[in-house]
Amino acid sequence: MAGDTLTSQEYIQHHLTNLAYGKHPDGTWGFAKSAQEIGEMGFWAIHVDTMFWSILLGFVFLGLFIVAARSATTGVPGTLQNLCEMAVEFVEENITQVFGSRPNAIIGPLSLTILVWVFLMNLMDLVPVDFIPQAAHLAGVPYFKVVSTTDPNATLGMAIGVFILVLYYNFKIKGPVKFAKGLVTHPVPKWFMYPFNFVLEIVDLIAKPLSHGLRLFGNLYAGEMIFILIALLPFYAQWLLSLPWAIFHILIICLQAFVFMILTIVYLTQAHETDEH
Amino acid sequence: MEQSLIFMAGGILMGLGAIGSGVGIGILSGKYLEGVARQPELQPMLMTQLFIALALVDAVPIIAVGISLYMIFALQG
Repeated sequence: MAGDTLTSQEYIQHHLTNLAYGKHPDGTWGFAKSAQEIGEMGFWAIHVDTMFWSILLGFVFLGLFIVAARSATTGVPGTLQNLCEMAVEFVEENITQVFGSRPNAIIGPLSLTILVWVFLMNLMDLVPVDFIPQAAHLAGVPYFKVVSTTDPNATLGMAIGVFILVLYYNFKIKGPVKFAKGLVTHPVPKWFMYPFNFVLEIVDLIAKPLSHGLRLFGNLYAGEMIFILIALLPFYAQWLLSLPWAIFHILIICLQAFVFMILTIVYLTQAHETDEH
Repeated sequence: MEQSLIFMAGGILMGLGAIGSGVGIGILSGKYLEGVARQPELQPMLMTQLFIALALVDAVPIIAVGISLYMIFALQG
């Protein structure tokens, strides 16, 4: 339990609030002290904890792979080299299965980054819910959310990044004319159905990044929520419930990182398909 | 009154999500078993595809569970 004076409702809300740095209504900049202040900041706020953890874990990912690449041997590989090779081979296998052998320099590194980075961010979910927020609380930081992927800003940001790449490749490979033609002619290729087709295809196009980001966010958010609810129970129930849920969660965090990566590959593949159906 | 409405909404949210995903996952796993029974050598490949599809089907109800838990435990009062 976080504090002696918190009700369970306040406890949950405390654990689900990001540390926001932004512009107060009176024009000064600073950290928000309550959820209400975050609401008042509106657009001009940045979630410092999300940024901190995602960038830190990005550097952890880069560091691990750089160390593994520098010390790579052709002899008996060490644990780190094995792990990195496994990740790289897994990504390569999935790309050749789905994407095929089209020339594209970006999809390999992109998929590897997404897989490992999202996995590392999800992995923070297995850190007990009170460890780091409580430590931050003692250090005088009011809110500190550890799992970046439980912040829709992070997941939707990544999904929009992928969406921009999809649009880029649609324009580059198909050209604007063919891309626009694909938007209006797709389900029913009759001229009087073009407006109807256009509405369907636009909804389809917009729903892709939205569901892409929300899927990751929803899974991790629900998982974190259940961890927090378990933390509210009396002490004898904690071990009994937290352990099975954490073990089940190991599956979820791997699966969600994998699904996020495979959907990226699938969307990019769709952007590369030039043949008419 | 407000409180009980939130509880009801949370319950309905979870339940309806579970119905849809239950049917979906049932059909999916059944087809997977059929496929494996027909061609056991394809099992590893089908398993990966199954997991992808499962995660896709699973996403919406799990989001519903998250939102309803939030409504029930954090929004009340």
